Amino acid sequence: MGRDQQQQQQAAYTVEQLVAVNPYNPDILTDLENYVNEQVSSQTYSLDANLCLLRLYQFEPGRISIPIVVRILIKALMAMPAPDFSLCLFLIPEQVQMEEQIKTLIVLSHYLETARFRQFWEEAAKNRSTLEVVPGFEQAIQAYAIHVLSLTYQKVPRPVIAEAINIEGLSLDKFLEYHVANSGWVLEKGHSRSQLMVLPRNEFNHPELKKNTVDGMPFEHVTRIFPILS
Amino acid sequence: MSHPGRVHNPSRYVVPSLDEVLSFTGSAVAEAAQSLIPSASETLIDRSVARMASSYDYDDASLDSRYPRPPSAGQGSAGTDQGYDPNFVPDSVKTFVVHLYRHIREKNVYEIHQMYDGSFQRLSDRMFRECPWPSVEAIAPYVDNDHVFCLLYREMWFRHLYARLSPTGRQRVESWDNYCSLFSVVLHGVVNMQLPNQWLWDMVDEFVYQFQSYCQYRAKLKNKTEEELQLLRQYDQAWNVYGVLNYLQALVEKSAITDVLEREKEGLEQFTATDGYDYEGGTSNVLKMLGYYSMIGLLRVHCLLGDYHTGLKCLAPIDISQQGVYNVVIGSHISTIYHYGFANLMLRRYVEAIREFNKILLYILKYKQYHQKSPQYDQILKKNEQMYALLAICLSLCPQNNLVEENVNSQLRDKYNEKMTKMLRYDDEAYAVYDELFTYACPKFITPSAPVLEEPLTNYNQDAYRLQLKLFLYEVKQQQLLSGVRSFLKLYSTISIGKLAAYMEVDEPTLRTILMTYKHKMHAIDGDGKIIPNADVDFYISEDIVHVVESKPTKRYGDYFLRQILKFEEMIGELDRIKLD
Repeated sequence: MGRDQQQQQQAAYTVEQLVAVNPYNPDILTDLENYVNEQVSSQTYSLDANLCLLRLYQFEPGRISIPIVVRILIKALMAMPAPDFSLCLFLIPEQVQMEEQIKTLIVLSHYLETARFRQFWEEAAKNRSTLEVVPGFEQAIQAYAIHVLSLTYQKVPRPVIAEAINIEGLSLDKFLEYHVANSGWVLEKGHSRSQLMVLPRNEFNHPELKKNTVDGMPFEHVTRIFPILS
Repeated sequence: MSHPGRVHNPSRYVVPSLDEVLSFTGSAVAEAAQSLIPSASETLIDRSVARMASSYDYDDASLDSRYPRPPSAGQGSAGTDQGYDPNFVPDSVKTFVVHLYRHIREKNVYEIHQMYDGSFQRLSDRMFRECPWPSVEAIAPYVDNDHVFCLLYREMWFRHLYARLSPTGRQRVESWDNYCSLFSVVLHGVVNMQLPNQWLWDMVDEFVYQFQSYCQYRAKLKNKTEEELQLLRQYDQAWNVYGVLNYLQALVEKSAITDVLEREKEGLEQFTATDGYDYEGGTSNVLKMLGYYSMIGLLRVHCLLGDYHTGLKCLAPIDISQQGVYNVVIGSHISTIYHYGFANLMLRRYVEAIREFNKILLYILKYKQYHQKSPQYDQILKKNEQMYALLAICLSLCPQNNLVEENVNSQLRDKYNEKMTKMLRYDDEAYAVYDELFTYACPKFITPSAPVLEEPLTNYNQDAYRLQLKLFLYEVKQQQLLSGVRSFLKLYSTISIGKLAAYMEVDEPTLRTILMTYKHKMHAIDGDGKIIPNADVDFYISEDIVHVVESKPTKRYGDYFLRQILKFEEMIGELDRIKLD
């Protein structure tokens, strides 16, 4: 078991190296496709490798594999809030974007980009077969939902969380308990006796915490004048 | 899978893999390795001369021209080639090549620059407005048949052709051949000369431009003659995307330019301070500078393909927040910032794009008068206009009050005030304006794959552009309601969700999604996964009250002082170096 893992690690290392050193090379196309499947099964992710593969598909449209593209796009959705999904779409030709599965993913991405979580989970439920291919999808989207909530709210009503992460009832209680214990959430009572979650303070929902980094400078820039100052 | 259009053809154009490019040891290179003087068995020049001597049939004049054409050449008529004899070398040309050759041998960079930038343009204007320069075989005897000089001359020859006339399919292929030879010679490390940065930049710039032009050319199949189609079939490897990318990549790697830049940061090497030249040692700057400019070339090619993330990665070794060699030649400065800004726009990093566009537009405003006589002037002006359009787009998607300098702002308002007001309205008219500005300002996207040369023949040169435009407008649409939110938020310091929903005429859950969308769209994620806020008006929600926060502008003193310190230090150093007799 250990050796398989090590071999897997070695293979991944080699693919990343390939992408960094010799990416404009049609011979690595199969390696990159295998790497996508590896990312899916081992729940890892590499934007650079996937973009490299999409580029090669652009150069050789005859070799494109729709299932692989679907997997790349699902992985990109899971990377939200990063704009990876759009980056991938820029490289996929229009006819390919007309494929059913990809159209569905574009709709799902649209819902997520516009924070329409209720519609998203509804649509996702209808397309379970497409999304099941990639383990960890639900958790990744829930993490994105929490991210958006933490940007927006200091105190968020329970129903809003429930809708965003698609969990209700006892499971939701468990979920909230977990975050109270591990992520610094606090349960509060809001007016009209509803439950409120107080999210951890960060610079986005607590503007007074915003460090004024605009006038900061990277240290290496300052090092440039050390010879002068000495 | 078979590629219908590809005929297996033992032509000399093989798809250069990176390894092949790095280890190219063609006979031409081996010859050049001995000395600057090649042997008489130089077949490259013979073959090309045979082709050039044949009659010219010009393409139709509907190509995207970078330079304004003199009015008579625009028709592409046969009248222009009547007087042209490729073997006739006027005296002025004779003098020109002899002197240029001598200056190159003597490594007199200043003189080379004068001739390259000045004399070449003057002669072109005077004698070669509507026809090509004399063929390389005709001038070769005057320069000892020097192999490398001939490659350089041919590069200029083709560049002139592209600028003033319309290249035929065959000429495009020949130009590719020339670039392959030229870059191979450079990569093999046998070029022992110092050339002006302007020239080296122009080489890379032109290389990418001709690639883009060829992709457009071969994607327009509908009106091609059988002869042209046959040419495309036969030379299917010319200007192939792998070759282009691998040459640029090879130049970056072989020159080890990223190491040079790293070492410079630690003070272990002089590069920026000498503009890349080696004043004392006299070692060649050609490979190093081509490597440097190839990073910008790679950014450009990736933008043409729609891969903005990788493009920015290719540029990463160059720190554009500092002065560097990239802004020594104005063409390279503008090209770098234009593509950097565009890539950031597509990546939704609006503030970053605005900042960089602002800086360069201010620079152009101040210094363009000094470039009025230069051959790049028109190109500078064109890019200037395009960047104002991009700035208008950025500011409409992400309004900011304090990022744009006064003079730039007033120019912007002059040109686009009405359009920007329209874009903020987010109705159908707004989309038309976004469409118009994007189309005007975007790079000429390409379809990199080989053409399918079978019936039905279509023109698909617009496909890539249409895709990028569609995705861009899609993003604009997603941000449709944000402008409304912003204007309301500016009016209040706190407001309840219920009230705000009523004002905006939506129900509460919808309002919550809109507010979350605002937050999501206004916080971009940079390459390191950090969250960068883009909004000038921000808020947070506590249960069901929205608290509005307006960000205050900050002056960036630190950066300014740092730059001034370095600049003055450089000046003092220069003054010290002056020895008074």
